[in-house]
Amino acid sequence: MTVTENQIWQWLEEVTDPEIPVLTVVDLGVVRHVDMEHDHPIIKITPTYSGCPAMNEIEANIKAKLKDEGVNNVEVQTVLSPPWTTDWMTEKGREKLREYGIAPPEGSSADKSVLFGKAREVQCPHCGSKHTTMVSQFGSTACKALYKCNECLEPFDYFKCI
Amino acid sequence: MQKELLEYTLRLGDNALILGQRLGEWCGYGPILEQDIALSNIALDQLGQARMLLQYAAKLKGEGFTEDKMAFFRDVYDYHNLLMVELPNGHWGNTLVRQFLFDTFNYFLYTQLLESKDDHIRSVAQKAIKEITYHAQWSAEWVIRLGDGTEESHQKVQDALDDLWQWTGEMFTMDEVETAMLEKGIGADLNLVKDQWHQKVAEILEVATLKKPDDEWMQEGGKQGEHTEYLGYVLAEMQHLPRMHPDVQW
Repeated sequence: MTVTENQIWQWLEEVTDPEIPVLTVVDLGVVRHVDMEHDHPIIKITPTYSGCPAMNEIEANIKAKLKDEGVNNVEVQTVLSPPWTTDWMTEKGREKLREYGIAPPEGSSADKSVLFGKAREVQCPHCGSKHTTMVSQFGSTACKALYKCNECLEPFDYFKCI
Repeated sequence: MQKELLEYTLRLGDNALILGQRLGEWCGYGPILEQDIALSNIALDQLGQARMLLQYAAKLKGEGFTEDKMAFFRDVYDYHNLLMVELPNGHWGNTLVRQFLFDTFNYFLYTQLLESKDDHIRSVAQKAIKEITYHAQWSAEWVIRLGDGTEESHQKVQDALDDLWQWTGEMFTMDEVETAMLEKGIGADLNLVKDQWHQKVAEILEVATLKKPDDEWMQEGGKQGEHTEYLGYVLAEMQHLPRMHPDVQW
């Protein structure tokens, strides 16, 4: 069977992030390239955070998915440069996050004020209010911070903008 | 050149690994849940950075080395981290002040490494700088909160600062390895880092109403492999499983 690059991308659309199962690895923007070398697919992925423990599992899940589809000779490589940024998350991915109850990253990562303590206006994923407060810069995973909504009083995770 | 690059990479990687290991000791003991999670998150970032650097060091070293062999089968004298990162955590104020002094140093160091002529070090810096910036912001906020907090918190962090100051000089020493790497365009100019660090630290301490200690006699040796007695205990805890069961998998 000959597989095409396009076909591989379609299959990758079905591989989800182990921590945030509503997002696929494509939505998240961690799949950098799919290269075909004589029917031997090389998939290049990039970590969101240096120590993200999901990376090993993502690699295993990608291999398992392609194996299920009959592709055994896949190679998954980790590349560091250029570094992943939240700008690579797809629009569809951001919408899925919101529906799941996680506020998607606001604005562009190129804006340095994000890193230098200027508070971002983060919208509550539950009621849509912008009247929210940061509870902690660090949340349940490396990529998230903890917020609460001052209107509906619900706590929520915010996907940090980096 | 290869030898110096290997040692330079180990200095960066060992700082991240040993401080990450130290911060990991706080897991489950943080004063409140959010800050327990914060320290574990920072530890995790540092562990990730350590892996990227030790993978590179293993490649430079050859001889069948891997990142795990680098972390688990080197002894004290082959570690090249700063002495400050191996010191015991002490109380929350000690841990926070050390983190602030180190994060601020690391921020200016990695800012220069973004331009490194070594592809791997540059890639790691591009990835790590975002995390380091976030850490530096968090630890500076805590120094301000504790310094400009209650009388007791102020005194505790002032004492921590006075105690830790003697371990900061080593961050900026330009020995043969640092000089060789700077000349090749791979490493950073630590004299520049020193100026930037002093300025930033002075700025934050002023807001925190803390007194910046004077530079006096400084401890050194970690970068060259001469350590305090504390590193042996850190390694004993970190390495005992792989040393008891080499090549164990789960």
